[in-house]
Amino acid sequence: MSEAIVSLRGVTKNYTRGKQKIEVLQPLDLSISQGDFLALMGPSGSGKTTLLNLIGGLDQPSSGEVNVGGQRIDQLSSRALAQWRSHHVGFVFQFYNLLGVLSAEKNVELPLLLTSLSKAQRAKHVATALEIVGLADRAKHKPSELSGGQAQRVAIARALVADPTLLVCDEPTGDLDRKTADEILGLLQTLNREHGKTIVMVTHDPKAAEYATHQLHMDKGSLIEQSANT
Amino acid sequence: MASSLQQVISVTAMNIRSIPSRLGTSFVIVIGIAGVVGVMVALLSMAKGFELTLASTGRADRAIIMRGGSNDELSSVLVREQAQVVLDAPSVAKGADGKPLAIGELFMITDVAKRGATTPNNVVVRGTTTRVFELRPEAKIVEGRMFTPGLREVVAGRSAQRQFAGLNIGDKVDVRDGPWTVVGVFDSKGDVHESEIWVDVDALMTASRRGAYNTVTAQLTSADAFQGFKDALTSDPRVTIQAQREPEYYASRSETLNKMITVLGYSVAVIMGIGALFGALNTMYAAVATRSVEIATLRAIGFGNGPVVISVILESLVLATAGGILGGALAYVFFNGYTVSTLNMQTFSQVAFQFRVTPDLLWKGVIWACSIGLIGGLFPSIRAARLPIVDALRSS
Repeated sequence: MSEAIVSLRGVTKNYTRGKQKIEVLQPLDLSISQGDFLALMGPSGSGKTTLLNLIGGLDQPSSGEVNVGGQRIDQLSSRALAQWRSHHVGFVFQFYNLLGVLSAEKNVELPLLLTSLSKAQRAKHVATALEIVGLADRAKHKPSELSGGQAQRVAIARALVADPTLLVCDEPTGDLDRKTADEILGLLQTLNREHGKTIVMVTHDPKAAEYATHQLHMDKGSLIEQSANT
Repeated sequence: MASSLQQVISVTAMNIRSIPSRLGTSFVIVIGIAGVVGVMVALLSMAKGFELTLASTGRADRAIIMRGGSNDELSSVLVREQAQVVLDAPSVAKGADGKPLAIGELFMITDVAKRGATTPNNVVVRGTTTRVFELRPEAKIVEGRMFTPGLREVVAGRSAQRQFAGLNIGDKVDVRDGPWTVVGVFDSKGDVHESEIWVDVDALMTASRRGAYNTVTAQLTSADAFQGFKDALTSDPRVTIQAQREPEYYASRSETLNKMITVLGYSVAVIMGIGALFGALNTMYAAVATRSVEIATLRAIGFGNGPVVISVILESLVLATAGGILGGALAYVFFNGYTVSTLNMQTFSQVAFQFRVTPDLLWKGVIWACSIGLIGGLFPSIRAARLPIVDALRSS
């Protein structure tokens, strides 16, 4: 069995709305191995996006421990957590979240602005990332000039350009048609299989989940089933 | 980790490049602040013009001598014997004729209507001599001729002639005891004398039935000779008089009006500035709200809160500076050099002057604009940085 790259122990997440306390995540243990492609499934409100945000360091648990890449991140300050994310996590969002005023290559370059790479080195990395996602010829295009599938490929290139420990994808095909969704999922599968990227993906789509190596079902803030795809 | 500076530059560049997609709201800041700065600079340029007109009057090597305790020319009286003591004082330069270059002058007020108006305004009548152009070489006849000694003739300052009716050559003006004829126009490089009319001092004394001067203006051998000249006069037991360098005297005459216009200028600027500040706050809050997902995405990627705060403030400053420059430019185009006249409450006479939009006023305008921009950007930027990333991302 591969080494666990993500490990959660007794993690809970609560919100307070007025006087009401809402338990989004029940005490939860989870381990994700290096090289896994995990699909987080479950109905709306089951806590899967909250879990993804905790793994990606976008949010902090109410209690419990979150270890990613050998580092405990649940106690990091906001500033330290931002630095940690820049090194260890690549994000892919449902609506791509590309910056409209920047070209594809400038969008992809953003995470590299947080590194000490030179301009030439950054350009080389950007070109490689766009090559991997098959959009080398669209480098100069603005997001508004790209199709949904192409925009999501640019977002994936942005997520992997800094070679993060983990790719965190929140409904990456939720805004795409079936054919394009399959292309994106195929791309993620390739990144997992051929480049060894560990991927955690939230999805509602059972077909999308079939591209993953593992599936994890949640309901009412608890893990209810974990299975490996054959 | 790359420097925060690089993050600031990247995020700011992105913000500024996105301004064209938010032109309408961005213009709220630019136009609002341009209005504030334009009005403020215009008002202050009025005070500055008035101040410069009076401050440009006179030379350091000329002295104005008044009765001891007098605040201004109007309230001073020097009898002929006292004036002679001044003429005989050491350090008074000699004129081309070998006589002391100093003139006893009368300072009176007469009523003249402004062009296009009927209400009378106080205009200074200075009784002097034909040697005045030797004493004040900055003044020159530019139209007509000098008055003839002993006759009821007038030469009008160019500013006075432009501002007031009935001061063209050949016109009659009621100086004292009947009409006097305008025979010439003089230019004194825009100083306060240009708002005056000059007549022969002896003719004026006769017409006004006065036997004493108001002041004596003396050309000294040098600017450095002033202290000795002053000491000699103030220690002379025959006279109780005071001497001031001309620039100091005329600068002091602008203090009250200057202060009033400056207070008015800043008061208006503060009131308008508060309005513009709310406009800037509103715009920047809207700008931040519009880009909350973009900002959250950058923060998710790893950009720090500090660069986000600074970049929003810088965007606000860029817009505010543009507004400041626009407002200053408008004030310059529409007001610089614009000539008006107003009552100098310290001499009860009209002084014509030009609005002066000087570099220091433009700089003040830009500083004012930046202050509004800074505060207008600060609070929205803090909100942008404090909004939880997951909440902001959810809004997409």
